[in-house]
Amino acid sequence: MGRQVTGAIPDTSIFDLRLARRGQRLNRMCAALCSPQERDSFKRDDEAFMSRFGLAAAEKALIRKRDFQGLIDAGTNIYALLKIGSATGNGLYKMGAQMRGESYEEFLATRNIRGAV
Amino acid sequence: MGRIVGGLGLSHVPSIGPVVDRNRMQEPGWKPLFDAYVPVREWLVTIRPDVAIVVYNDHAADFSFDKYPTFALGVAEQYAIGDEGFGTRPLPAVRGDIDLSIHLAEALVYEHEFDLTLCQELAVEHGFLVPMNLCFPHDKDRWPVRAIPLQVNVIQHPLPTARRCYRLGQALGAAVQSFPGDTKVVVLGTGGMSHQLQGKRFGYMNEKFDQWFLDELERDPAGLAEITHQKIMEEAGAEAVELIMWLTMRGAVSPNARRLHRHYYAPMTTGMGLITFEG
Repeated sequence: MGRQVTGAIPDTSIFDLRLARRGQRLNRMCAALCSPQERDSFKRDDEAFMSRFGLAAAEKALIRKRDFQGLIDAGTNIYALLKIGSATGNGLYKMGAQMRGESYEEFLATRNIRGAV
Repeated sequence: MGRIVGGLGLSHVPSIGPVVDRNRMQEPGWKPLFDAYVPVREWLVTIRPDVAIVVYNDHAADFSFDKYPTFALGVAEQYAIGDEGFGTRPLPAVRGDIDLSIHLAEALVYEHEFDLTLCQELAVEHGFLVPMNLCFPHDKDRWPVRAIPLQVNVIQHPLPTARRCYRLGQALGAAVQSFPGDTKVVVLGTGGMSHQLQGKRFGYMNEKFDQWFLDELERDPAGLAEITHQKIMEEAGAEAVELIMWLTMRGAVSPNARRLHRHYYAPMTTGMGLITFEG
């Protein structure tokens, strides 16, 4: 069928192997957050946790700043990012609002039926 | 002999899980979705499937990107409830069908030449469990059907093509029919519809595309299977590419299968579609 992804899409990240390689450390750290013990470790001492997974200084800075779009650009898969969101008290819609450059309330106001959360 | 008695295409939006667990299904924001499943559940009770084959994707929960299979089939007596980073939902473990799984693995690999990853240990998460919640109400200890997970990589490109997913469904349908046991099977194709979860385009939906997809899935699935990932992602959002899994379901039922139910509800960030076909 030939190539399936043929061009950039505005305001859209496509998680391919190049991005996956860039984000390997971040995605490994996120995978660990699927364990309750590891989530506790992260909440207790996030700096030690990030160091244990060998995160680069710039990657650690993105997590400290809760810069979700920066983490996507650094190769974090969106579903891996949700695990950081969960461990830091940021649900999907909060993260999405930040990525859109809106407040949570502004984002909710753009939805069809905001009761379905 | 095995028999496909139905096919369902449906969204697996994760926020549905806690709504079920906290019994919030009658709240105004959620009622339209759950009401659409009332006739579907009645139909499922009538056709009495023994097994549900659930075509879904793992969202970096039990599979990691260090090793991420393109197609993976569960071959176990039981599947655990996974923790995808938000805790483990209070659900009974999923009963598998080991004889059918082994038959499907052998038929798909030998006869149909789909080289699957075969999983003897697999924990399932929202991609699998939300469709089960919507179709098959469980009690404290068990689900009313046995189930087999068929996992598809729809999150790390290169993904399998839509056409490959459709052909997998055709092979799956033939493999079920060559099973010697008297077993009735439904196939669930899950995910989508339009949504994007990152970038400035977060929250993007496209009802027009979603309704077109439902039309074509019913009318001309072979034609729809020629769609590229690029087109789906451009028109319906990057994460909408999950829709290729609906083509696996469609391939497993007859090309001229009768469509029974159809519904669409798009309250927040995802077009939640539902379509069913007779076997």
